[in-house]
Amino acid sequence: MDFLRRALGKGKLMKAEKEVSVVKSAEATNVSQEGLSFLVGKGSHIGKKREHNEDAFFTLECTLKQNGEIIPFGLFIIADGMGGHQAGDVASALATRVVAHSLMRRVYLPFLRDEEKDSSRRPINEALIEALSEASLAVYEAVPDAGTTLTAALIIGTHAYIGHVGDSRAYLVTEKGLQQITQDHSLVARLIELGQTTPEEAMTHPQRNVLYRALGQRGSMEVDTYFQLLPTGSRLLLCSDGLWGAVPESEMAAIIAAASSPQTACRKLIEAAITHGGDDNITAILIALTE
Amino acid sequence: METKRILRDETKLFEEGATLPKGTVLQGRYEIIRTVGIGGMGAVYQVRDRRFTKVARLCAVKEMINSAPDPHLRELGIKNFEREANILATLNHPAIPKIFDYYSEGNRSYLVLEFIEGQDLESLLKRTASFLPEEQIISWAIQICDVLSYIHSHKPNPIIFRDLKPSNIMLNNQDRIVLIDFGIAKVFETRQKGTMIGTEGYSPPEQYKGIAGPRGDLYALGATMHHLLTKRDPRHEPPFTFHECPPRSLNPEVSERLEAVVMKALQYEIEDRYSSAEEMKLALQTVLIARGDSPVTPGTVAFVSGQGVLPVWEFACEDEVRSSPTVTEGILYVGCYDNNLYALDAKTGQFVWKYATEGGIASSPFVWRDMVFVGSEDRLLYSINARTGGLAWTCPTRERIRSSPRVEYNQVFFGSDDGHLYAVSAQSGRVTWKFQALGPIRSSPVVSDDVVYFGSDDGHVYALDIQNGNLKWKYRTNRRVISTPVVDEGLLFVGSTDWNVYALDAERGWAVWRFRTDNAVISSPAISEGCVYIGSVDGNLYALETQSNRLIWKFSAEGQITSSPAVAEGAVYFGSVDEHVYSVDVKTGKLRWRFKTGGPVPSSPFVADGIVYIGSTDNKVYALPT
Repeated sequence: MDFLRRALGKGKLMKAEKEVSVVKSAEATNVSQEGLSFLVGKGSHIGKKREHNEDAFFTLECTLKQNGEIIPFGLFIIADGMGGHQAGDVASALATRVVAHSLMRRVYLPFLRDEEKDSSRRPINEALIEALSEASLAVYEAVPDAGTTLTAALIIGTHAYIGHVGDSRAYLVTEKGLQQITQDHSLVARLIELGQTTPEEAMTHPQRNVLYRALGQRGSMEVDTYFQLLPTGSRLLLCSDGLWGAVPESEMAAIIAAASSPQTACRKLIEAAITHGGDDNITAILIALTE
Repeated sequence: METKRILRDETKLFEEGATLPKGTVLQGRYEIIRTVGIGGMGAVYQVRDRRFTKVARLCAVKEMINSAPDPHLRELGIKNFEREANILATLNHPAIPKIFDYYSEGNRSYLVLEFIEGQDLESLLKRTASFLPEEQIISWAIQICDVLSYIHSHKPNPIIFRDLKPSNIMLNNQDRIVLIDFGIAKVFETRQKGTMIGTEGYSPPEQYKGIAGPRGDLYALGATMHHLLTKRDPRHEPPFTFHECPPRSLNPEVSERLEAVVMKALQYEIEDRYSSAEEMKLALQTVLIARGDSPVTPGTVAFVSGQGVLPVWEFACEDEVRSSPTVTEGILYVGCYDNNLYALDAKTGQFVWKYATEGGIASSPFVWRDMVFVGSEDRLLYSINARTGGLAWTCPTRERIRSSPRVEYNQVFFGSDDGHLYAVSAQSGRVTWKFQALGPIRSSPVVSDDVVYFGSDDGHVYALDIQNGNLKWKYRTNRRVISTPVVDEGLLFVGSTDWNVYALDAERGWAVWRFRTDNAVISSPAISEGCVYIGSVDGNLYALETQSNRLIWKFSAEGQITSSPAVAEGAVYFGSVDEHVYSVDVKTGKLRWRFKTGGPVPSSPFVADGIVYIGSTDNKVYALPT
C-alpha cells in the first residue's frame, strides 16, 4: 500500500539584517538521504546606500513519499518591499509569511492527508495565484502606503512551480548560463519588449525602477505563474533587483559555475553586487538539485 | 495605482500640509478661495482677483514647487518656467485657458490663468455607469485634434502638450473641451529615486526615451479615447498593451471604423500613427459620417489572402468523414461513416483501395510499418495491409471503438466504449494487457517515456505503465475527457468537457494549471514552440503558453471547434462546425484563409508537403494548399 510520509520539515523566515557584513546563513542542508535532494544557499545584505534592508526571504526544504519514491519538496520565496518609513520592510516580511502559510496549507498539507493516487487536487498555479493575492490584500490592509515584489518557487522533485509579481527574478542556471524565467513587471521591461529601448540602455534608464504591478496595490492584481523543469545539474536562482540590477548576468553565471557550493555562490554574488556599488538591498537564494 | 506612488527612498516631495490656507493673498492681489487640487508638483487654487472690486473675477493659480536641491538647477528651473509661461501667454484658442500672469517666489512658481468651470473627463467617466456614447467621444476627440493642431503648428517651434489624459481634459459649462495643465509643470520635475509603483498609462513609448513630438500627443489622445470608450484604465494595466484589447473586445458597441482610428493612433512606431492631428481629425469625421448609413456586420472577416482557396483535389466518399486523415509514403488513409477505410494517392486524390468494415469509422487510422490500424463502430480493431488493403487480423472489444490506435514497442494501444484500454500485439492482435476505466474511452492513447496516457468518459486522465498496464496515476477532471492528451517537456496537456484545458505533471499527475474556456473542450491540443493550441465548443481556438496558462491569442470561428488543430509552417489549421477549414497565423491568431466545405468539419487536419488534408461531413476528403 502506497502511503505518504511526513518527513522532516524545516521552515525559516529570515528578515534580512542590517549588518554591514554579509549575513551568515545556516549551512546548506542536504535533506533526503536517497535519490534527489536539494542543496540550498541563501543570503541577504542591506547594500551600501540604504538605511534599511527591505528585502525578505523564506526557505523550507522537506520531502514527500509517493509510490515508493522519495521526492524532495521545497518552498523558496523572495520579496523586495517599497514604501517609506520602514513600511517596505513590513510589506515584504508580511507578504512572505502569508504566501508561505498559504502554500503550505493549499499544497503541502493536503498531500500529507491524501493517501490515494487519485491526485485530483486543484492546479498548483491556482494555489500560487491565491497565495500571492491573499498576501497582496494583507499588505494593502496592513500597510496601505507600501508594496512589495514577490517571487515564490515551489519545487517538487525536478519540477519548479513559480508565482511572480514585480521585478525580483527567477533564473534557470545551466552550463549555458542564466535563463530568466520570470518577466519583470516594470516599465522598462515593456519598453524592451516593444523594441523601444535596449537591455543595455535599460540598466541606466531613469525610470528603470517603475513597476506597474506589485503586491499591496489597490484592486485586483494579476499573478504570473510558470512551470519549469529543472534538468540534471541545473540550479534555480531567486534574487532581488539589488543583485540582477548590479551584476551582469554573465558575471553571475561565472560566479555560480566557479563556486564550490550554493552557499558560497550566494555569498560571492552578494559581494559582487556590493563591489558594483551596492546601491540597493541584495538578496539571493540558489537551489541546486543533486542526485 | 496612479494615486499611489510608492518610493523606496523617503523622498517626500510634497505634503498636503504645505498648501496655502484659504484667505491667503498672493502678490497682494489674488485671494485664495479654495484648493482645487493637489498634484505631484504643487497645488491648484481657485482665487479671486482683488483688482476687480465690482465683480467677482475668478482665476486659477497653479503653484509649482521647485524641489531641485542645487541652486543652479533651481535657477534653471525658474528660467525654463518663465520661458514656457511666455510661450503659453501668446496662445489664443478657445480650448486653452488664458494666461494672465506668472511669478516666482522662493522655491515656488505661480501661473495665474483663466478659471474653467466644468468637470474633467476622468470624473465624468467615474460618474457614468454605462459606456459613454461613441458620437460624444468622437466629438470631443475632434475638438482635441483641433487644439492639438493649433499648438503643433506653433511657430517657430511646435508646442507639445505632453500629458494628455482624461483628467487634463475639461468639459466646460458650454460642453466644450478645454485642455488644462500643459506640460509646463515638467520643468520642475526631479528624478525620483527608488522603486515605485504606477505608470502614466497614456504616454507614448518614445516619451521614455525623452522624445516628445506632435505624434506623441496623438498616441495619448488614442489612449484617452481607448479609456473613454472601454472604461479600461490604462494606469492599472501593463504599459502599452492597448493592442491586446482593442476597444471592441471590451465594448462591442464601438464601431469597427472608430476602433481602427484609435488603434492607428496607438501604434508603437511614431511613423505608423497619423501624420498630424489634422489627419486624425479627418479620419474621425469620416467615422461620424459613415455611422448609421453602412452598418458593418460584427464578425465580418477581412481576408488577407485566399478568398479563393482552391482544393488541390477532393475525393467524395459515400457518408460523412469524421475520421482524421494520415499520410505515409504518399498514401492518405482515412476512415468514413460509409464503413470503409480508404487509401488515396496523397498527390492526386486518386483511389488506391478501400476496406469495408461492418460499421462506421470515426476513429482515425494509424500507420506502422506496412500495417494500417483502425477501429470501427462494429467493435473491432482492424489491422490492414497498407499496400494491398488486405486484412491481417482483427481484435474484438465489447463496444464501439472511437478512440484512435497508436503503436509503440510493437504494441497497439487503443480504447473502447467498453471502458477498456487495450494493449495488443501489432503482429498478431493478441491482447497483451487491458486496463479497465470506469467509463467509455474515446480519447486516444499517447505514449511517452514508457507511460501510456489517455482520458475517459469517467472524467479521469490515466497514466499506465506501458509494460503491464499498472496504474501510475490518475487525475480527475469534473466531466468526460474525450480530448487526446499530448506530452511535451514533462507536461501533459488535455481538454475536458468540464470546459477546461489542463496541464498536468506527466510524471506524477499533479495539476500544474488549467484554463477555462466557455464550453466543453473536445479538441485535442497541438504543441509548438512553447504554445498550446486547442479548440473549444465555445467557438474559439486558443493559443496558450505551455509554462503558464497565459492566453496569447484566441481566434473566434463562427461555430464550435471540436476538430484538433495542426501546426505547420507558421500556421494553425483546424475545422469548425461552421463548415469551414481555417488557416490562422501561428503568432498572431490572424486569419490567413478559410475554406468552406458543405458540412460541419469535426475531422482534424493532417499537414504534409505543403498540403492540408481534412475530411468533412459533406462526405468529402479535401486536399488544400497551405
